[in-house]
Amino acid sequence: MNRRLANVIAIVALGVIGILGPWLFPAHLSQFSKLWLFIVLALTWDLLGGQTGYNSFGNVVFFGIGMYAAAVTQVGLYYPVAAYTAAKGGGTEFVFDAAQFYTGLALGLPVGGLLAALAAAALGMVILGMRGHYFAIATLGLAIAAGELAAGWEYIGAGSGMVTPTPPDTIDTTLLFYYLSFALAAVTFGFLAWLYSTRFGLAINAIRDDEDKAEAMGHHTTRNKVVTWTISAFFLGVAGGIFGNLSKFIDPIDVAFNGAEVGVWMILMAILGGKGTLWGPVIGAAVFYVTKELFWTYLLGWQRVALGALIVIIVVFFPQGIVGWLKERWPERFGPSREEMEAADAKGGA
Amino acid sequence: MTQPLLDVRNVSKAFGGVIANRNISLKVNRGQIVGLIGPNGSGKTTLFNSIVGYHPIDDGEIWFKGEEISRYRVGRIARLGLLRTFQQTRIYGRMTCMENMLISLPERESSFFGLLKSRHSAGIQRAKDLLEFVGLYSKRYHYAGDLSFGQQKLLEFAMALINEPEMLLLDEPTAGINPTLINGLIDRLKRANEELGITLLVIEHNMRVIMNLAEHIYCLAHGEMLAEGSPEEIRNDQRVIDAYLGAH
Repeated sequence: MNRRLANVIAIVALGVIGILGPWLFPAHLSQFSKLWLFIVLALTWDLLGGQTGYNSFGNVVFFGIGMYAAAVTQVGLYYPVAAYTAAKGGGTEFVFDAAQFYTGLALGLPVGGLLAALAAAALGMVILGMRGHYFAIATLGLAIAAGELAAGWEYIGAGSGMVTPTPPDTIDTTLLFYYLSFALAAVTFGFLAWLYSTRFGLAINAIRDDEDKAEAMGHHTTRNKVVTWTISAFFLGVAGGIFGNLSKFIDPIDVAFNGAEVGVWMILMAILGGKGTLWGPVIGAAVFYVTKELFWTYLLGWQRVALGALIVIIVVFFPQGIVGWLKERWPERFGPSREEMEAADAKGGA
Repeated sequence: MTQPLLDVRNVSKAFGGVIANRNISLKVNRGQIVGLIGPNGSGKTTLFNSIVGYHPIDDGEIWFKGEEISRYRVGRIARLGLLRTFQQTRIYGRMTCMENMLISLPERESSFFGLLKSRHSAGIQRAKDLLEFVGLYSKRYHYAGDLSFGQQKLLEFAMALINEPEMLLLDEPTAGINPTLINGLIDRLKRANEELGITLLVIEHNMRVIMNLAEHIYCLAHGEMLAEGSPEEIRNDQRVIDAYLGAH
C-alpha cells in the first residue's frame, strides 16, 4: 500500500476517533483527555530527546510552569491571586461566571505556553552548551528544584497547592477539556510533522548524529538546540495548563513537577514507541497509557511493580521502540519509502 | 604578490607538557593545493584543529582571507568558507546520503528562517551531481551509516563540496580507501580544485598521493616545521627522509 495513503488514513482515523470521542467512550472521557495530553508529552519530549538526541529529564518543569502560569492568569484576571490561594481556592467570594472562565482559559493557556517557552530559552542558553550526558544530568536536578521552589512560594499556594478556578455548573468541563486536549494533540502533531519536513528537521537530526560535524559544517548548533527546546516547552506548557484544569487541583510535587512519574513517563512513552520518529511517540503514548490504566485497575497494589517490569522489558527488548523495530523488521514497508524519495526527486529534480 | 588565503603565523599549541605545535608558520595561496606531511604524532591534526578553531592556540596568529580568525569558534570559521574533513570520518549515520548532502548546503547567508523551508526546497540537483561526482549516486537513499568506511569518506568529501567552501582542509583523504579507488580520488581532488576553485590543504601519509597532488609541501616533525618546498625538493630532503625513517 502507498505509504502516503497509509499516513493519511491513520491521521483521518485518529481525527474521527478524537472528534467522535464523547459518543464513542462517554464513560472514559477524562481518561482519554489525559491520553491526548500524554501524546503531547511524548511528542514534545521526542523533539529534543529523539530528533535532536538530547535526553532531557527535566521537561516536566515546563509542564509545571505552564500549569501554574495558566492557573495564576485565570485567577489573576479577576481576583488577587495571593488572597485566592490563601483561601485555598475555596470560599464563596471567588466565583467565576462563564465568560470569566472562558476568558481566563483563552488567555491562561497561551500564557502558560509562552512562560514555559521563555523558561526553556533561558535555561537552554545556559545548559544546552553542554553535550549529551552532561546535559541529561543537568536536567535531572531541574524538576526537583522546581518542585521545591513551587512548594515554598506562598503566592501560588506553596506546599498546599492551588485550586484551579471552578467554572459555573452550566459548563460541561469534561467535554470542554476533552476537546481542548484533543485539539492540542492534533496541533502539536501537525506542527511537528511540518517541522520535521523542513531543513530545520534535518539540522536537528544532524546534531543527533554528529554534533561536532554539524558545527564543523557551519551550523548554529546551540541556537538550533535552544529553539528546539523552546518549541517543545511551549506545547508542554499549554498541555500543563489544560492538565491543571483537568485535575482541578495543582499540587507542586505530585501534579505540577512530578519528575518521578510524569517526567519519567514522557521519556518511556517516546522510547516505547520509537525515538526520533513522528508516529513513535503517538503509538508509545497510547500503548503505555492504556497499559498503565489497566495495571492501575487490575493489579492494584502491584501496579508500580508491574510498571517497573514493563519498563525493563521495553528497554531490554525494544530499545528502538515499536516503530524502530518495525522499520528494522520490514524496511521496505516502514523505512524511507520509494515514493517519498521519488517525490523528493521530482520536486527538485527538473 | 597578493596576500595568501590562509596565513598561519608562528602558531604554538601545547597540551599540558606536550608541545604539539611549536612556532609553526605556513601560507596557502588561493587556488593552490598544498600538502602537509610528517610522521605520526608530528602535530599535523593539531595544526588543523587550531586553524578551524577547535581549540584555542597558545601563541601566534591565524589569518584567513585577510581576517584574523585566531579567536573564532568552529562554526563561525566554517561559515567564512574554511572547512575541514575529519581523519575519523564523520557523517550523519542515521540520515540518508541525500539528507547528508542537503543539510550540508552552505549556511552562510541563510538566517534562521531559511531553515524553515522544505528540506526539498533547494540543492537536490546539486546534491545528486556531487554524489555522482564521487560515485555514490546509486547509494543516495541508503543510510550513510550503512556505507563502507571508504564510501563514507567519499560522502564526507561530497558534503564538503556542496558547502562551497573557499578552502578545504582534508585530513588523510585516502586513508582506508581501496587502492584502486585512490587514483580516482586524486583525480576528483584535482578537479574540485580546478573546476570548483577550492583551495586545498591536505594531510596525507601516502607519499605517492601527496607527491602527485600537491604543488607545495610542508613537512612537520616533533611539532616543528622541518622543511617546505616543491614535491621534488621534499623528496630529496635528507631531513625529511631521516624524520620518516627515524634517524633522529
